[in-house]
This record gives sequence, structure tokens and C-alpha cells, in this order.
Amino acid sequence: MAGQVNPDLAKERENASFNTQKLTNLLYGGAEKVRRRRYIESLAFSDPAYSGDEDPVFMSREELYSSQLKRALTTVQRVKELNITEEDLSTYRNAALSGGMPGLALTWIAFIPTILQQGTEEQKQKWLKPAQDLSIVGAYAQTEMGHGTFVRGLETTATYDPSTQEFVIHSPTLTSTKWWPGGLGKTSNYATVMAQLYTQGKCYGPHNFMVQIRSLEDHTPCPGVTLGDIGPKMEGNANDNGFARFDHVRIPRENMLMKFARVEPDGTYVQPASSKLAYSNMVYLRGTFVMSAAQALASASTIAVRYSCVRRQSEMKPGEPEPQILDYQTQQYKLFPQLAAAYAFWFAARFMTQQHASITGSMEKGDMSGLAELHALSAGLKSYTTAVMSAGIDVCRMSCGGHGYSHASGLPALFSTGTSLCTAEGENTVMMLQTARYLVKCFVQSQSGKTLSGTVAYLSAVQPSPVSGERNMSDLGTQVTAFQHRAARMVRHAALQMQTEMQKGKSREDAWNSCSVLLIKAAQAHVHSFVVRNFAETVQTVEVEESVRAVLTSLCQLYSLHGITEHAGDFLMDGYLTGRDIDAASSLLSAVLAQLRPDAVALVDAFDLHDKMLHSVLGRYDGRVYEHLYQWAQKSPLNKTEVHESYYKYLQPFLKSNRAKL
Amino acid sequence: MSSAKRTEMNPDLQKERDGASFNPYSLTCLLHAGEENVERKRELERLAFDDPELQHEDLSFLSRDERYTLGLKKTIRFLNKCWDLDITGIQDVNTYRRAVFRGMLEPLSVHYGMFLPTLLSQATEAQQDKWFSQALNYAIIGTYAQTEMGHGTFLRGLETTATYDPKTEEFVLHSPTLSSAKWWPGGLGKSSNHALVLAQLYTQGQCYGMHPFIVQLRSTEDHTPLPGITIGDIGPKFGFDEVDNGFLMMDHVRIPRENMLMKHSQVLPDGTYVKPRNSKLAYGTMMLVRSYIVSDAAQSLCRACTVAVRYSCVRRQSEIKPGAPEPQVLDYQTQQYKLFPLLSAAYAFYFASHYMMDTYFQLSGNISQGDLSQLPEIHALSAGLKAFTTAVMSSGIDTCRMACGGHGYSHASGLPLLFANATPACTYEGENTVMFLQTARYLVKCYGASKTNEKLSGTVAYLSRVQTAAVSGKGARDLLDLEELVGAYQHRAARLVGMAANQLQAHTKAGKSPEDAWNSCSVQLVKCAQAHCHFFVVRNFVDTVRTADVDPASRAVLTTLCQLYAIHGIIQNSGDFLEDTYLTGQELQQVNSHLASLLAKVRPDAVALVDAFDIPDEILQSVLGRYDGNVYENLYEWAKKSPLNKSQVHESYHKYLRPFLQQNRAKL
Repeated sequence: MAGQVNPDLAKERENASFNTQKLTNLLYGGAEKVRRRRYIESLAFSDPAYSGDEDPVFMSREELYSSQLKRALTTVQRVKELNITEEDLSTYRNAALSGGMPGLALTWIAFIPTILQQGTEEQKQKWLKPAQDLSIVGAYAQTEMGHGTFVRGLETTATYDPSTQEFVIHSPTLTSTKWWPGGLGKTSNYATVMAQLYTQGKCYGPHNFMVQIRSLEDHTPCPGVTLGDIGPKMEGNANDNGFARFDHVRIPRENMLMKFARVEPDGTYVQPASSKLAYSNMVYLRGTFVMSAAQALASASTIAVRYSCVRRQSEMKPGEPEPQILDYQTQQYKLFPQLAAAYAFWFAARFMTQQHASITGSMEKGDMSGLAELHALSAGLKSYTTAVMSAGIDVCRMSCGGHGYSHASGLPALFSTGTSLCTAEGENTVMMLQTARYLVKCFVQSQSGKTLSGTVAYLSAVQPSPVSGERNMSDLGTQVTAFQHRAARMVRHAALQMQTEMQKGKSREDAWNSCSVLLIKAAQAHVHSFVVRNFAETVQTVEVEESVRAVLTSLCQLYSLHGITEHAGDFLMDGYLTGRDIDAASSLLSAVLAQLRPDAVALVDAFDLHDKMLHSVLGRYDGRVYEHLYQWAQKSPLNKTEVHESYYKYLQPFLKSNRAKL
Repeated sequence: MSSAKRTEMNPDLQKERDGASFNPYSLTCLLHAGEENVERKRELERLAFDDPELQHEDLSFLSRDERYTLGLKKTIRFLNKCWDLDITGIQDVNTYRRAVFRGMLEPLSVHYGMFLPTLLSQATEAQQDKWFSQALNYAIIGTYAQTEMGHGTFLRGLETTATYDPKTEEFVLHSPTLSSAKWWPGGLGKSSNHALVLAQLYTQGQCYGMHPFIVQLRSTEDHTPLPGITIGDIGPKFGFDEVDNGFLMMDHVRIPRENMLMKHSQVLPDGTYVKPRNSKLAYGTMMLVRSYIVSDAAQSLCRACTVAVRYSCVRRQSEIKPGAPEPQVLDYQTQQYKLFPLLSAAYAFYFASHYMMDTYFQLSGNISQGDLSQLPEIHALSAGLKAFTTAVMSSGIDTCRMACGGHGYSHASGLPLLFANATPACTYEGENTVMFLQTARYLVKCYGASKTNEKLSGTVAYLSRVQTAAVSGKGARDLLDLEELVGAYQHRAARLVGMAANQLQAHTKAGKSPEDAWNSCSVQLVKCAQAHCHFFVVRNFVDTVRTADVDPASRAVLTTLCQLYAIHGIIQNSGDFLEDTYLTGQELQQVNSHLASLLAKVRPDAVALVDAFDIPDEILQSVLGRYDGNVYENLYEWAKKSPLNKSQVHESYHKYLRPFLQQNRAKL
């Protein structure tokens, strides 16, 4: 198993039309950042404390849980020893914990940020340090067995008792059981618990409370607290997603996180000063989802594209050698749109990060004007990108044929992990409807003469009639305009449909529900048009050498032409595009597929995903797939013995008795 | 999932059932071809469910090793019961099998699915005497070793060789390269002691292509691999945990000449190769297998819909109106839009599989009388339908899972496992894209034939009536009319086939070789094959709704479902109908309003429509989809059994967490 690269892959790399490194630098924001990221990752990859474990797919749930817990604890130690800075922290952790997120990580991901955002100065003093040093381990307990996305529906109660100055945390029903929070089942000894606040006989809605759930001495559950793991899931089984029930558990008044709302010792509720900060945090969090979607799709494309150059199959022409399967147009049609979407989402995520930073600046100066627009965009983008990613990984898996189905490909685990983002942090349909609500509002405002700006400005410019005449369908500007027209028309159509339903006597809520399929589609079209426009602008304005710009331009064309042909009906419906335009788009699409073919491997290489992050025998950088597939299989637990023990127990007596009967 | 905490039914589900407009039992009888079959099915299911030897822990809590072992145990129990109780007949055996395995897969399914049938169809009588009765009685266990590490769907690319040595009258079976290792066959890794190995036959210095050879793999005494045989499990997969899909490498393994299956071609003792008489019989087996896959696709989709629809009536979420109680999530139009089209597809595919089975048996009759005329048409249809139905099923299960929110992601829902076990149908027995292209090849050929005025018949007859121009000025069309809908799908399919064929011609005329032209048009070709299958499924659904022997209430709800299936397909593929203005934008808007009313119309019958599939809880294996709807109590009970909950404090706390936390606290 020499370190040679598979000759087919080597040839692909030699023939690329651009310098991969330049594109990598563009994706990660400069050569220095790429170098830094590789260095930090190498610290984890070369660390013997993390090596030696089996492939997670060979482990039982319990082994996996323990192994990742151990790794997580090691990272905490290493972060101190190596002086890993705040900036490099997530890179380091991702590299060290690439086998799956442990329950312990929720302390960093959710528990500490909640204290930071919602705790008073005193509360931060009290809990932040212990949490950061991991002398306490925390979970964020919001969702309940019967309640998810709709936070106001939560049933857990926190009732204030002024006589002892305590809150009584209680789970009144089975459905109020906290369910799903990561790290809650076995790992955490603290949790921030979201509960309906009752004081002076009145309910003030959901608030966060700090509750100790396990003894710091022996880790047994505290009195009145029932805890456990919620059982195995599709993926994420290193994480002890848990349940918690509270039976009149008393906590001091000071354990309510009171940066915003407060309860005075006598039980008086003090309303929070209107805070839009929560929205801003949500915008940020959703931005990270968009980046995760881009990265997951980048990983899946990397695996599938590389393997498609190593794998040879069938014959195109009788007698000739079997071609690389990436030479088949149908294979390109499956994979290149995923590859293009990975780039498109990567740039969309970057836009979100920049906008969030700029809006945080404005908000500090008291200017909240851009928040609503960005919030609506972030909801829709989260939904759109995670949905495309989830389906896209599955396409990549199936495009790898039988081997894609093996855990050796890494794709089943990548899918199972990635798909959870469609439901987590706001279910995708609910997210899309949030965006739709904003769009309809904007449309109505524009009808009454208001000028819209930013990402929704185009809504005021709906062209009611089609633009006739010849079009150059390969022109990015033409494509962007087409997507905007489609979105504007669909928003308008959904809004008018709602009005019609209401005129027929339906309540606003019923009208909304009966138009919600149209509303979702309108919001999707809006987000789609944003992604296309942002991709096109990036390609046109980014500072990069021409060969890189050229390949990015092809990718961008592919992304939008694929979108146009997949949704042809939306463009044809009002005659904005003609049947002939769609035909032209189809032919151009075929041409762009062929054009991208020689650059496909370089385009996935540019994502710069290390083999230790990919976890895929099929997607290895060196393309030595078959030898490693064979080696990997040897490690299967069923191969521990030549003859499996079940043979002696079941098969041998059965076969013998059957032979005797003959 | 047997320990129900409450026995009474969830009131929301009870209300749904009371409110249905039809009796689900009459649809159950239609789906299972008669009341007698339904009763027999239930009897056999009971037999398996009540069997104390077949009780076990929930699969999600078992390791791969335990699941494989359980699979073997169940297989043996199943076979013994079939023999003892004389359960014979393909339908009874399959029903009983499903009830025994309950969503689990079978380690030895290749033995009865491929090993036995291949012996039957390709072994001489002498060979059958020697092998078949041993195999039938499970004195030997066989697998079918075809695919290799480097070669799948394309059989001619296989590398394993069988070289004839006339001196000893033996074949030498050999794996010349790593990529020639047999890879994937079910039961090969650990269970089987024999295999039918597909290998390139070499004799007298010449290669004669793929032939099947019987190779003994393991000792019948102690099950150890025989000399020259390297064998093992290929490792864990997305699903199929109970199956020991295996690898096999052979190092010059010698087998007697008589171990080549010689019913068709032969190698004589001196090494002379005798060519087979032209045989199209192999197509028959392939069609049967594909028909089974269509039927399985329908049933997997039925299971997913049952889970998601029932749970969506139990689950309440958010508020449609401020202050009003949280509605059942099935009241949201968006939820209906996710689930009802899949529910209608499940019915559509069920009926399509009925058609395929009936046609297969009728065709087998014709073939045995020497009439092969219909074979290419039905063969092409079966390839496309296999791909069409499995693709919709696979993404459909995923949609159902996501429609169940967070809980769908838990193994308690049963949906992750259902998906993982069902999705490989898109790849095995012919990868879906390759299947569509087979169908497309036939369609293009038919289209060409129709151009030379040859008359087409059967499922492709419509291709000779391609309407090149749009039907304009027809006045107001009723797009809920079933004939109108069939007409639209027919037009779309015919147009797309014509377009792909013309494009192919244009590429050839521009100087491309036929192969390159084919490749450059293949995206269009796949789309035309999909449109053809879609049309067939719609037409067959309409025919069934019209002719089925059911009461008017059942026919009414089936008609609604059928309309929904067709209308939804038009919206999803609207560009295909608008492109040549066969439908106008205005008509498409009507179609959109029809969709909204059809969703609302299906809503009160949704639970009864999934109940009609008659899938018992034991087979459904889903806490969310329980018939009684007591989801939350049982979700809690299920979670308590999680292996991580064996102790209050997990052992890793003592090993890792405690020392770490204490050390950190000491530093404070």
C-alpha cells in the first residue's frame, strides 16, 4: 500500500484548468487562514491520544458514547496545554471529535452561550468559569416530548414561592417531559431549563432557569429529578440526548436567568426592555447552519466525485475499456449540481456572517432597521440549504452504487447527521413560513407605495407581463433576473390568493393555512433567487485570477440553469420564459456539464477536506479505494472468527438434521 | 414495542376512524385480492406473533452481531414451522415470512431467492438430482456470487475466471485481482457453505463470457473455509444489519467439470464449448424479481405513510388561531401536502404491482406456448417501473420521517430503519439510472418503428399517436376528469420520447458516434422513460378505480386519491406540460386550486386510508405509528430500555468524567 495516488485521480488533477490552492484560499478567506486551519487540524490528527480507536461504525452505542466522552475530555486538556485560541477552538474541536459530537459538547455549544446571553453579571460570575473549566457540565433543556418548534406550547412550569424565595420546577404531564436535549441523559450535572414562569398567580411565558440535575459528588440524579437517555437515533449516538422530569424541584430565585426579565423577591415580575438581541443570536445560529449545509454537501461531493473517477463501469463503446463513471452524462447530472450548490451555499453563508457582523454594529448604535429582513432571510436560507443538502447527500450516496450503501463510504453517516439539520433549530417548513410571512408583509407595503430595499427590493419591481424577444440564457444577469421575476410573481400570487380567501369569508388564520403550500413555494423561490444572485455577484466581484473566475462562472451557470430546468413550470407559467428558452437552457446545461467535467476533481479538492474529516474509503485523496475497502472489511466485528459462534448454536444442528432426513 | 401502557385508543385517532366516509375493510380486501386472502393473512400473522420462540428485544437495542444471530434463529424457526404446519404456496409463505421477520432482513434470503431458482432454471436434470433437493431441504446453504468489488451492474466486466483443464476434467476458479473479489452477495460472509459463482469461462484458450459454477465454500463438517477460499463479511452498512453480505476470493480452486450449470451451454470433457440455444427465459426471472421489487416499494411506502399519518393525528403543535387549542399537525395544509401525495402513490404502486404480477403470469403462459412477442415491451416496462417506484418510495419514506419532526429521527419511529432497509432497492437488481436507460432504449426504438408506420401495441401504443402540436382551442377542460388527466400524461410522455429521439438523431447527424450521441442525450432519455412510467402508473390507477369491484363509498375515496396522484404529478412536473403549451398557465392555476381542495377532501379519510393497508403493529415496528395512538406513554417506555439507561450513572462516569471533574473542581 505505497503512498502512490491512483493514476486516474492523478491525471484528473494534472488536467485541471486552474490552481486548486487559489480557490481554497478564496473559500477560507486567504492563504494565511488556510495555513492556520491546516496547522490546527494537524495538531489533532497527529495526536496519539486521539488515534487507536476503532472506526465508530464498528462500535456499539455504549462504546461510542464512552470513546467520544474520553476524546472530549482530552480536547479540554489539550486546548489548555496547546494554548488554542478562541478563534481556532472550533477548528480544533471538529478535528479532534470528527467521530461524532459527544454529549459533553453541549456545554460549549448551548449551555455557556445561554449563560453569556441571558445571565446577569453576577450569574455569569457564578457559573461561567466553572462551566468553561468543566467543573460543571451543562445541557440546554428546551424541547419537550410533546412540544418542539412552538416554544409557547411548552408545559414545564416554574412557579415562584415568595415565602422561601424559590422557584418550583415541575413537569405536570408526561408530554411535558424534557426530551432530546444533548448531553442531558447521562453526562450533564446542570441544565438551563426552559419553563413557563408563574408568579403572583399569573403566567408570563417561557423563561430559562438554572437547575442542578445530578450530584457533584456521585453523579446520581438530584431528588425529584428523573433522568435518562432517549434511546438510539439515526445518527449522533455518541450524544446522550436525554429526557428529564421534575417533581416539584426547588431552586433559589437567583437561578432564573435574569438579564432581561426579572422576578423580584416579593414575586413582582419585571418585564424585559424590548430586546432584539435574541433575534440577532438566532440570525447568527442559522448562519452557522447554512455553513454546515455547505460543508456537508462539500464532503458528499468530494467523496462521490473522486470515487466516480476511480470507478470504471460498463462500456460506452464496444471493445473499449470501461470508462470512468464520471464520463456518463447522467452521473454528471447527479453530482455537479450538488457540487455547485455546495459552492453557492458556502458563499451564502459568508454573506450571512458579514451581514450579521454589520447589523450587530448598527444595533449597537441603536439602528434595528435591517434586522427583520435579515432574520427572515436567515430562516428561509436555513430551511432551503439544509433541505437541498439532505437530499443532495442521498443523491451522492446512490451515485456511488452499492459501495455507497456501505458504511465504508462514509455517506450513510454523513446523510444521517446532515439530515437532522432539517428539523433542528426550527423545523424547515415552519422556517419557510416565517420567511413567507415577511415577504407577504413586504409585498403589501410595496402595494401601498413603500419602497423596499436590500434583499427584497426586487419585490416592488414585479413585471406583470412577460419580456418578449430573444434572450441569452447563458448570461448570468439574465438568469438572476429570471429568478427574481419568478420569486416576485410567486410572492404576489400567494399574497393575492390569501386576499381572495379572506374575501370569501375565511379568517386570516384559515386563509393563511389554506395558502400555505403556495406561501412555502414563494418563500423557496425568494431564497433560491437570493442564492443565485449572491453566487453571481461573488463570481463577478471577487478578487481572484481569471482561470478561477472562469470555472466559478461555469459553476454558477450550472447552478442557475439546473434550477431553471428543474422548476421550468414556474418560469413558463406566465410566459416569462418560452418553451424555446427552456430548450436553450437544457442544451446549455448539457454543455456546462461537459465543460466542468475536467475540473470536477480540482473543484472538490479545493474544499480542502482532510481524509480524517471525510471518514470515507471511497473518497480518499489518494484514490486507493479497493485496497482500503478490503482492509476496512477485515475489521468488521463479524470477522473476528472464521466461523461465527451462531453456527454452533443454530446452523450446525439444523443442517445436520436436514442432512439426516435426505 | 409490545408492552402497551394503555389499552384504550387515543381519542383523536378514535375520532378520525369514526369520521371516515368509507369502510377501510373493503379497501383492505381490494388490496389483498379478496376477503379470504385477508383472513388467511391475519391468521398466519397471528401464528407468528403468538409464537413464544419468536419474541425478542427491539432491534434498535441489539448489536449487529446479535441481529445476525437473531436472523439465523428466526430463519430456522420459520422453516421448521413451514414444514411442520405445511405452509406452502408462495403467497402464504411470503405472508408468514413477513410476520416472522417483522421488518428484519433475512441472512439466508439469497438461498431461496437466487440459489434455488437458478439451480431450477440452469441446472441439468442430473445436476438437479445432485444439488436441488439438498438445497431445497437446507442440507446445504447457497448464495449467488455475482457482483465483484470493482464490478456491479455491468456483467460483462466481471473478472473472476473459470479455466477448464481437460487433463483432470476440472475448472480452476480464480480471482486474478483485488477488484475481482466477489463482494456484496447476501449470506456469503458467514452463513453459506456453497455458492453459485459467476465467472468468465475459458476453454481451449478462448473466453466464452459469464457462466455459473457451483463452488463449495465451507466444510460441511465444521464450516471452516475450504483450501484456496478466502471469505468474510464486508462490514457494516446503512441497513441490512442481519445479513452477512460477504466477500470471496478464490486462489486456483478446482471443481469438477460437472459443477458448471449446463442446461444451456456446455463444456464437453475434451474442452469443446457447446453454445446455448437462444434463450430469453432469463428475462422471465428478471421480470418476476422486478415485479416483487415494485410490490415491496408499495408496501414500504404504505408502512411509512401509516406511521406518519397516524402520528400526525396524535401530535398537536403550534396554533392556527391565537388562543385556540393546538391543532393536530395533519390539519396543516403543508403537512397534508407532504403526506397525501405519498399516500396516493402507495395506492398507485400497489395497483401497478398487481398489474405486473398478473402480466407476468399471463406472459409466462404465453412463453411456454412459444409466444415471445410481448416480452420486450413488458421487460422494458418492468425495468422502468422498478426504478420509478423505488425512487419515489425512497425519498418518500424520508419525507414521512421528516414530517414526524424530531421524533421521526429516533429509532422509536421505525422510519430510519425502514428507510435504510428499503433504499437499496434503488441500487440492487439493476441501478435505477441504468434501468431507466433500458426503458428509454426500448421507447426510442418504438418511436422509430412508429415513424416507419409500424403499428405499436400494448403500453406503448400511444407513441404512434404523438401529437406534435398542442391541443389548443379545446375550450375549458375539466382537469379533474380522469380521462383528461390520462390524456395529459400520455401527451407529455409521447412528446418527451419524441424529443429525446429527435435529439439523438440530431447528435448523430452532427457526426457523433451512436454511443456518444446516446451519452450526450442520456439526461433527456432518463426523463422520457420516467414520463412513460408515470403515465403508465396514472393510467393503471385510473383503470383500477373504474373497474374495481368495490362499494360506491370506497370507489369515491379511491377516485379522490387517484385525482390527487395525477394532479400532484402535474404540479411537480409543470414545465413538461407547459413547455409546448399543452396546458396553459391559467389551467395550471386551476390545477393548483384543485390540489388544495383535494388535500382538504382526503383529510378526514386519511387515517382510514392507512388503516386499510392492514399493517399490524408487530410489523410496523413504530412507537409513533401504533394503531392505538398511545404514542407518548410508549415512547417513554421504549426509551427506558435504551442500553445507556442500564444504570443510573453510566460506567464511563467513573472511568473518565469523575476524575476529570474532581480535578477541575480542586483547582478552583
